[in-house]
Amino acid sequence: MPSLIEVAGPAAPMLTPNINTDAIAPLYRPATAGSPRPFTQTDEERAKNLFAGLRYDLADDELPDFVLNRPPFRSAKFILALDNFACGSSRESAVWYLYAFGIRCVVAPSFGEIFFDNCFKNGLLPLVLDAATIRELAAEAATGADFTLDVRRATLTAPSGRTIEFTLSDFRREALLTGADEIAMTQRREAAIAAHQERQRRERPWVLRESAK
Amino acid sequence: MAGRQSIFDKIWQRHAIADLGDGFTLLHVDRHVVCDLTGKGFVELEKRGGTVRNPELTFAVADHSISTDPENPDPRFLKNDFVVNLRRQAARFGFTHFDIGERGHGIEHVVAPELGIVLPGLTVACADSHTVTLGAMGAIAWGIGQSELVHILATQCSVQRKPKRMRIRLDGTLPPGVYAKDLILHLIGQTGTGAGTGHAVELCGTAIDALGMEGRFTMCNMTIELGARFGMIAPDETTFAYLAGRPYAPQGALWDRAIADWRTLASDAGAEFDVELSFNVSAIAPQVTWGTNPGAVLPIGGCVPDPANEADVAALDYMGLTPGTAIEGLPIDWVFIGSCTNSRISDLREAAAIVGGRKVAPNVRAWVVPGSTEVKLQAEAEHLDAIFRAAGFEWREPGCSMCLAANGDLVPRGMRAVSTSNRNFVGRQGPGSRTHLASPALAAASACLGVIADPRKLRF
Ligand code: SF4
Repeated sequence: MPSLIEVAGPAAPMLTPNINTDAIAPLYRPATAGSPRPFTQTDEERAKNLFAGLRYDLADDELPDFVLNRPPFRSAKFILALDNFACGSSRESAVWYLYAFGIRCVVAPSFGEIFFDNCFKNGLLPLVLDAATIRELAAEAATGADFTLDVRRATLTAPSGRTIEFTLSDFRREALLTGADEIAMTQRREAAIAAHQERQRRERPWVLRESAK
Repeated sequence: MAGRQSIFDKIWQRHAIADLGDGFTLLHVDRHVVCDLTGKGFVELEKRGGTVRNPELTFAVADHSISTDPENPDPRFLKNDFVVNLRRQAARFGFTHFDIGERGHGIEHVVAPELGIVLPGLTVACADSHTVTLGAMGAIAWGIGQSELVHILATQCSVQRKPKRMRIRLDGTLPPGVYAKDLILHLIGQTGTGAGTGHAVELCGTAIDALGMEGRFTMCNMTIELGARFGMIAPDETTFAYLAGRPYAPQGALWDRAIADWRTLASDAGAEFDVELSFNVSAIAPQVTWGTNPGAVLPIGGCVPDPANEADVAALDYMGLTPGTAIEGLPIDWVFIGSCTNSRISDLREAAAIVGGRKVAPNVRAWVVPGSTEVKLQAEAEHLDAIFRAAGFEWREPGCSMCLAANGDLVPRGMRAVSTSNRNFVGRQGPGSRTHLASPALAAASACLGVIADPRKLRF
């Protein structure tokens, strides 16, 4: 997983609640509705398809009003949103699309939980701040000036110099800073996993099956 | 804490392998259900040179990407990369795959309990948010992303943050024509779509006790639409009767031992919850959504509300609705009866009972998509398919279909659909589609009348 230590760039204000993962990572662009889905995509395609339903018209042309189509925000590193960002489906493509576009941090008062966890597995920070603060930050963001995130210090600095400290559990912070490989970490606990399975087989033999059909 | 534990705590504790600090636990996963939209996960596993640690605990089914068209020119889906890949991975890693057309095939959250793969007290994960459906069995079941899928394939464990506990008590008797779907939509309407965020929700109360297993699946299915990643119902005699004799359920002496254990899986009298809510549901009416999230819901007698904020303005615009319009009587173009929320045999029976000898209105296209091969065969044995076909419904093959429109099955732009699925998000059923979520009975009534209709007026 890529690490996330420090990042600076514009913050795109999208002050709507309930922006769901179907909107973030739609299955189609409006012009391609109903055509077969590609089995895999390149990062370039993922970046292009981010918010596709809101970003393109039926002729597949960009809608100039959509915030991520406007010049300073084409290189946005942050998104500012309202409650329940990325609720809905578990698709990790919501994180991949944001990441491919360049987004490294989404700031919202609350998040869809599966998305929230998925972010930490991909070097993206979902940052919880209250709605009033987010609205103030959005006013600053409108110019397209840079925000800075420092994961080590756990601070977000707005263009005015206003610095917001946030808390991040050690577990999460380590994961972001080191780009930790969770699978390898769990595999080091193999003895405990095997012991657990052994105990289950003894105490509740219906829980684990012996072999695949 | 002994003697004061919630069912969630009990099952969690049984599966905790290591405390990782900061509220994170390494949990054992007893059943891992894998669907077809997992290509990237397996690519990643292969890249790591990994193996599937416990193929005997891994079950796969292709549901999202497949067309449900009975006339599909590629019935074995040999040209569908998602399906071809899943077959290849199942053969390579040795896990069970219920292939298209076989018994056991269907929507993952329909077939997992139907086969007895999910049992009370287990942990179940699947890379799909509606895995929460399976919590109705008295299991901890949750949706994951692709990275976590790889983690589980490789280690049979998952790193999870222990959620807060919420208990929602629903007491009362549902009136005729009102179903589990109405109950959960009503609940989401009352609490909002974020109410469950960060919580494991236990549903209980006399209204829940009275539901059959299928209604309980419908309830837990949509707890994710409350924001809750975990939803569950304690197992009881209804649960045990449902499971008895299912192919993967324990048999004989093991069954008796299992039942004795499962009877201990209830929240203790003194169990503490971070949030407790309570509702009486005896007076609720059939529900139907008007907006673009499942909390934007009305009783069938209601009118489209005035917008409360900008998001509502956008929702009304997208849905092509004007405040003050009665929701009943609104002309529709499509009806979709299906999805892991409402595609089980009891759903099809309720819908067929409304259809009776009626015809689908000429302006409406209506589909019934059974949730699994098993449901389809059962419905055909009961001649429900004949009732639907005679009325002008299309009787389709099992799959996710129009629930998410990933498979060519979609509601065309600008068309208004009554749908028994779980999400009415912008574009969910196809770009520009307008979705009204409702029960199978309300959907069937609407198909026949060509407008959003009250099922009670046709049957009860
Ligand atoms: S039926 Fe719909 S909600 Fe259920 S698993 Fe399929 S796509 Fe997801």
